[in-house]
Amino acid sequence: MSPNGITIESYREVTPKGTVDFLLRLSDRVRGLRFVHINSTKFGGGVAEILTRLVPMMNELGVKAEWEIIEGDPGFFATTKAFHNALQGTEQVFSEEMLEHYLEINRKNAERLRVGGDLVLIHDPQPAALIEARPTEGKWVWRCHIDLSTPQRRAWAFLRRFVARYDAAIFSLPAFAQHLPIPQFLVYPSIDPLAQKNRRMSKKEIANILEALRVQDDKPILLQVSRFDRFKDPIGVINAYRMVKRYYDVRLVLAGGGAGDDPEGDKVLAEVREAAAHDPDVHVLDLPSTAHLQINALQRAATIVIQKSTREGFGLTVAEAMWKGKPVIGGDTGGITAQIIYGVTGYTVNSVEGAAHWIRHLLGNPQLAQKMGEAGREHVRQNFLITRHLRDYLSLLVHLTR
Amino acid sequence: MYNPRAGGYVGMEQARPFVFFGCIELREILGRRARDERELMEGLEQVSPGSVYHHTHGVFLHQPTVTSLFQNDFADWVASQIRDEVLAERLSMVDPFQFPSLEELRDELVSIIDQHISTLHPVPRVVFGDPFFFLQSSLIPVPTGLEARTLAEFRHCLADVDASAIFYHALDARIRRREGEEDFTYWIGQGLGQVALAEEIRRINPYLGGLEQMRFQILRVIDAELARETPSGES
Repeated sequence: MSPNGITIESYREVTPKGTVDFLLRLSDRVRGLRFVHINSTKFGGGVAEILTRLVPMMNELGVKAEWEIIEGDPGFFATTKAFHNALQGTEQVFSEEMLEHYLEINRKNAERLRVGGDLVLIHDPQPAALIEARPTEGKWVWRCHIDLSTPQRRAWAFLRRFVARYDAAIFSLPAFAQHLPIPQFLVYPSIDPLAQKNRRMSKKEIANILEALRVQDDKPILLQVSRFDRFKDPIGVINAYRMVKRYYDVRLVLAGGGAGDDPEGDKVLAEVREAAAHDPDVHVLDLPSTAHLQINALQRAATIVIQKSTREGFGLTVAEAMWKGKPVIGGDTGGITAQIIYGVTGYTVNSVEGAAHWIRHLLGNPQLAQKMGEAGREHVRQNFLITRHLRDYLSLLVHLTR
Repeated sequence: MYNPRAGGYVGMEQARPFVFFGCIELREILGRRARDERELMEGLEQVSPGSVYHHTHGVFLHQPTVTSLFQNDFADWVASQIRDEVLAERLSMVDPFQFPSLEELRDELVSIIDQHISTLHPVPRVVFGDPFFFLQSSLIPVPTGLEARTLAEFRHCLADVDASAIFYHALDARIRRREGEEDFTYWIGQGLGQVALAEEIRRINPYLGGLEQMRFQILRVIDAELARETPSGES
């Protein structure tokens, strides 16, 4: 059981029929097997967030699940941050010293951890070179959580020589897969329906949070939740809102933050604030990364949720919004297209005009918006909850160890 | 036929229990992609049967409740990314369950695309959208622990079982068994001797709303059968 008292049984009321019983039966096939996860942090970021729940759930099902962290110094993490950016397509400079230091830190961690298990799942590039010290027994799989669709060639060529030595790799979207001599599996990320960000909230609780954020709930709310990043196109969202505003009296909330490790973030936030200036119906909320309840309340208060990214890794804010029964209008990119079923749970768009058009369409058809919201919630229930994620990982364990 | 003395249904005693299996699926990315309709056709010709299965039958497993506007991944991609509604409509009307094998299903899909592009110059391609990514499925059956010996027990299990069991028995079985029959109707027809009921279940359209809608429809016809065969006042 996790510290907050959530168990597998807690998911029975929010997951599809038979899901929990099926997981319990599936656990018969994997009981006693060792499943080791390794990443670079226990706190912050989507990977840590999901492992915090997945690892206790696996243990509850009888899998011997462990979660190890690699340790490094600031130089190591500066290099892995550069890897992260380069693999997502931003040009970076790597010196021989940086690469050698990356390998040295991985060697030290391999010595310290002496990792072994029936299945060892290495998350992201930071610990990828641990494969050099793999024991002969057990399967090793590299789990890539980042957008590898257009990597900087040199960075990927360096990393690839390690990835190719794994037994398999897992990507979040087919577009992220690479030319590799090993099997590549597809596993979508997921949301935890019982986490603070997604748990049920009372109307009173939502109202209190909106009041604290100074967002009045007196007219339809359009919401985009995302970092202040050009790829999320916040200025495009404001322009779409202005096209909508001619016909519908609405509020726009742009909620995000996390400028921390992104030097561009402050600049984009300033531009967004300037673009929104003098309009009392546009709210720009710079929230800390721990503002889970605030995000939850905003998503529940919204009429339509927008995720108008021009480039996106997976964009789980789409699934979060759909889980709260909201129709979503998203950019036609990355994981957004895997989450939105066009015309059923929302619309994917390629322009500011497209976003404005479908926002107006839904504001003018509240029954359709409600129906799409309901379809979206069911779509998430079936495809993007943590229980499905757990099932996928256990399936992999069954497949690779049988 | 209801047999009050036996406390169940005629034929029940001889029938072997129906054992419900669910299934887990691994989705493998094949690394092959298509950017136009010819590449889609060539890819379809060359990928494994598991890939044809993934993009046709597998759609039900990936969307148990919500169905897209088009009925398989090929049609969906042609409509949403290439925006060729004509080919999308033609591909969408291919019912994978009418083909006794994946090879025959593959031939039909290839033939439709081939005929369509033979009249088009240039071949329609993706301009703004995403390529088609070929994937393949591997299914592993997993016993759910649920067993039924009577129609009433069957109904009870079906109401609560994981949706993957409906896929495995009602849809995947049509390929697995190779005679177009599926597990539910085979057991109800042959095992319980309820041939008319089996036929009614067989006629349920899986495209109406995915696996959950299938569950609902099957339960509805079984409930009607149970109500017919249970004399008023008896439970």
